[in-house]
Amino acid sequence: MYLAQIYVHHKASILDPQGEAVLNALQRLGYDKVDSVKQGKYFEVNIQADSEDEASKIVNDIAKDLLVNHNMESFEFELKEVAK
Amino acid sequence: MKFAVISFPGSNCDMDMYYAVRDSLNEDVDLVTSDATNLDGYDGVLIPGGFSYGDYLRSGAVARFAPVMESVKEMAAEGKPVLGVCNGFQILTEANLLPGSLQHNTSMEFISDWSKLRVQNNDTMFTDQYEESEVIDIPIAHGEGNYYCDDETLAQLKANDQIVFTYEDNPNGSCDNIAGVVNEQGNVLGMMPHPERAVESILGGTDGLKLFKSLLNHVRS
Repeated sequence: MYLAQIYVHHKASILDPQGEAVLNALQRLGYDKVDSVKQGKYFEVNIQADSEDEASKIVNDIAKDLLVNHNMESFEFELKEVAK
Repeated sequence: MKFAVISFPGSNCDMDMYYAVRDSLNEDVDLVTSDATNLDGYDGVLIPGGFSYGDYLRSGAVARFAPVMESVKEMAAEGKPVLGVCNGFQILTEANLLPGSLQHNTSMEFISDWSKLRVQNNDTMFTDQYEESEVIDIPIAHGEGNYYCDDETLAQLKANDQIVFTYEDNPNGSCDNIAGVVNEQGNVLGMMPHPERAVESILGGTDGLKLFKSLLNHVRS
């Protein structure tokens, strides 16, 4: 079994008004060293795959089919082998 | 003529759309649930606004997998009219029936207001009752109506006259002021503003009526 930790974020060219709103809030709270905030999405997906390659292919497929809007978003992921 | 209005879990403008067709257009219309697997017998399909599936993941991302969407895709492929308004527009982009995506409004505010739109293309089955470049008043109500597409897609939209409506006073940050686009074949229209909320003077305006009348004329001819 593999645990996939999948991070989805806006492409650099896409505005992130949620991140901007969080940045403004932090600056209002006095965190003046905070320079920028980007808000994205995080998924944990357990996958019953026999190999890391197979798990990796499944992650790429589910990202393409559902988790990521490729028009606006990109993604990266990490795989960890976990006990069944 | 018979139209289908699709009700997804979380649709909340389905009755507005239904009444617009039934009472203002005086045509047959059914509310069809998103579990339906067949749209045979309908001349056109209308996908209403709301928050289908709670807008989980992304607006429209889950609705795209509802059983009825296979039939919607078939109707689109057959050249029958498909109109998506607000969340309906978001669903059509997620389903790849229309190019581009809808992002959060740049203001981060949910905007509920009247908006002035310019009819950029009145040579479509949805807009031929409007004058060329006519400016119309149609309500908007959305938090994620900021239309985005890449430069290449934008160039294609322009080259094919697919930009049907633009905002006169861009409320949400949409690229090139885009409020509504059609597919290349011209039979699938998505728009954030709500024409079904502007079909009786008691609602504050009737500028949406010509869209439904255009559609009806097309289906009849």
